[in-house]
Amino acid sequence: MEGQELPYVLIDCIGGVHGVYEDHVGFLQKHFHLITMKEYLENKTLLSKKIRAIYMWYQKPVVNKELLQSLPNLRIVASSGVGIDHLDLNLLSSFGVKVSNTPFIVSTDTADLGMALMLASSRRLVEGYEMAVSPDTEYFPADWLGAEVSGATLGIVGMGTIGYKVAERAKAFEMKILYHNRSQRKKEEESAVGAVYCKKIDDLLQQSDFVLLAVNLTPQTHKLIGKRELELMKPTATLINISRGLLVDQDALVEALQNKVIKAAALDVTYPEPLPRDHPLLKLKNVIITPHIGSATKKTRRIMMEEMTESIQAGIAGLPIPHEVLP
Amino acid sequence: MFVSKAFNLLKPIPLMSGQSNLAYKFIHQLVASHGRRCHRSVIYKQRYRTCPCSAGRQTISAQTKVMAKEELPGVLILDIGGTQGVLENLAALLKKHFHLITMKEFLENKEEMSKKIQSVFVFECRPTIDRELLESLPNLKVIGNSGVGVDHLDLKMISSFGVKVTNTPHAVADPTADIGMALMLASARRLVEGCQIAVSPDTKHFAVDWLGVEVTRATLGIIGMGSIGYKVAQRARAFNMRILYHNRNRRRKEEEEAVGAHYCEKMEDLLQQSDFVMLIVNLTPETHRLIGKKELSLMKPTATLINISRGAVIDQDALVEALQSKVIRAAALDVTYPEPLPRDHPLLKLNNVIITPHIGTATVQAIHMMAEEAIANILAVLNGQPIPSEVFPK
Repeated sequence: MEGQELPYVLIDCIGGVHGVYEDHVGFLQKHFHLITMKEYLENKTLLSKKIRAIYMWYQKPVVNKELLQSLPNLRIVASSGVGIDHLDLNLLSSFGVKVSNTPFIVSTDTADLGMALMLASSRRLVEGYEMAVSPDTEYFPADWLGAEVSGATLGIVGMGTIGYKVAERAKAFEMKILYHNRSQRKKEEESAVGAVYCKKIDDLLQQSDFVLLAVNLTPQTHKLIGKRELELMKPTATLINISRGLLVDQDALVEALQNKVIKAAALDVTYPEPLPRDHPLLKLKNVIITPHIGSATKKTRRIMMEEMTESIQAGIAGLPIPHEVLP
Repeated sequence: MFVSKAFNLLKPIPLMSGQSNLAYKFIHQLVASHGRRCHRSVIYKQRYRTCPCSAGRQTISAQTKVMAKEELPGVLILDIGGTQGVLENLAALLKKHFHLITMKEFLENKEEMSKKIQSVFVFECRPTIDRELLESLPNLKVIGNSGVGVDHLDLKMISSFGVKVTNTPHAVADPTADIGMALMLASARRLVEGCQIAVSPDTKHFAVDWLGVEVTRATLGIIGMGSIGYKVAQRARAFNMRILYHNRNRRRKEEEEAVGAHYCEKMEDLLQQSDFVMLIVNLTPETHRLIGKKELSLMKPTATLINISRGAVIDQDALVEALQSKVIRAAALDVTYPEPLPRDHPLLKLNNVIITPHIGTATVQAIHMMAEEAIANILAVLNGQPIPSEVFPK
């Protein structure tokens, strides 16, 4: 690359609550000339033709028609994480811009978090912690009990990479595993984790002690779990969501939890994120919410950044793009 | 591994007339039906109910005769219900086999009651077994402890009275292994902190640079590879963890290979290489303060200490110092000394510590199974049958 300028890549900002990580910048700057949104807006005329790629870190910068129109040489938008429901794929395609994500690297961390939420909810870990540290605690009552995870029935809705990794982990807890998926997995894959296919989601909902959502958000899966589905679940069951908030009809969920139609919920994702501070989900005792941390580990985020770098380089060079997302 | 060991206990057990063959059924069911464990107590109850008993006939059958309450062996408990007593549904279970006598009833009528008591059911370490109590129970044969830890019992003293002690190692293993995994995951992924952020009135955005550490493919060092430790290893393997273990004795090769565990003869080696160190030993004079300043400083500064054994296995003051000085990254404790900790204890204020209120076996299923296991042990002693889990003083 001697004598050649590094390709110009648009980012939102560096550091702070939403920005590209400071300790990732060194690596990125070896490969790209990073332009922040602020720098771009201050010098549109010069920079607009130079920008060849957008490094979209946690859905920022937001890509709309206006931005696409002003970046004539944009080749690729590399998006962090596996979800692409925040992108208008048809719009990007109409501008001839390619899209990539980081689908596989997030799988183990997200599966781990699914297990963490299931265990924490079932064993009342957060409540237990609060009791252990509360200034009012004088003794630990003998009749304070949770429910067992080992040997229980787990219903996995969406048996993609993440769902399958959850099944691998749950098997070690001797859980009975049911799954619902658009298509049935191969027999060897099912046997390896002892998973039983439920063609109808109703069957899974009726038999599961834990229902775990591991589907991507599409128009077809929007509000997949609503009042009807919640009522099909056991009153002793727990709903765990590690996918997207919009898979669940949140109002129906609130009602189901308030009326003990289901026992509890554990959510890494909501709609929106964060929820408004007066939202009923924040006040329910039988809910735990985590701030969308499915892939939030140092190692994984670093590898995500490296994969995005690779995709951008391929996109700019016109080569086959790793982890390309097609419309 | 365990299956072969326990099946040795399935020798035919000579039946004494009128006594149920409960101990035999219990061992068999435990070993054979782990996958059906949620149904185990139902199976046991069905067998019990189908015994061909008929009041008024002098038939000596292999099943239990229906006995009048007072004929049932007397068992002393602290209390029924309340915050520290035996749970109501467990008391109902006990009443099927025993004449339950509460401490209050005993103290109000010592003369009559003392002779009837053949056993004590110790639940949540109560009632306290001291010399005075032992001296006042001339027909006491066995102390049936609910739970596996017996560090609250003076085994030598109890033995000197000719009284046996039993615990419940089978019932505790799964739920305690689950809590070990729950604590490791919660600590690594900062789950409790995350929940606090998610619901805090001050939260406006979720920061994208808020990170935890990975569990998958990390190194787990298990100190104490008994039943519970082994079940933790089985679970951790599914997370592709690298598993090291330290134990008084090395496990058999097949057992090690089944979970991919590597033996560390020296605990120091395990401490130096592990990302997560989990303590799963019983508390004895040898394991008291097993983890102190030296051991903590051998651990990686990025490591997490998890304790699901007994608080006294750790030098708590040394732990506080290590956490404050970031000698280790974090700790997750289901057990402390004492429980609960004094409300001004530094461990309660550190933000790299999660503490749970000794809930290793706090599930509806486990509490029930522990009572069943204790009952089977007590009956075995009283009927002169092989005892499933007797504990001997050193």
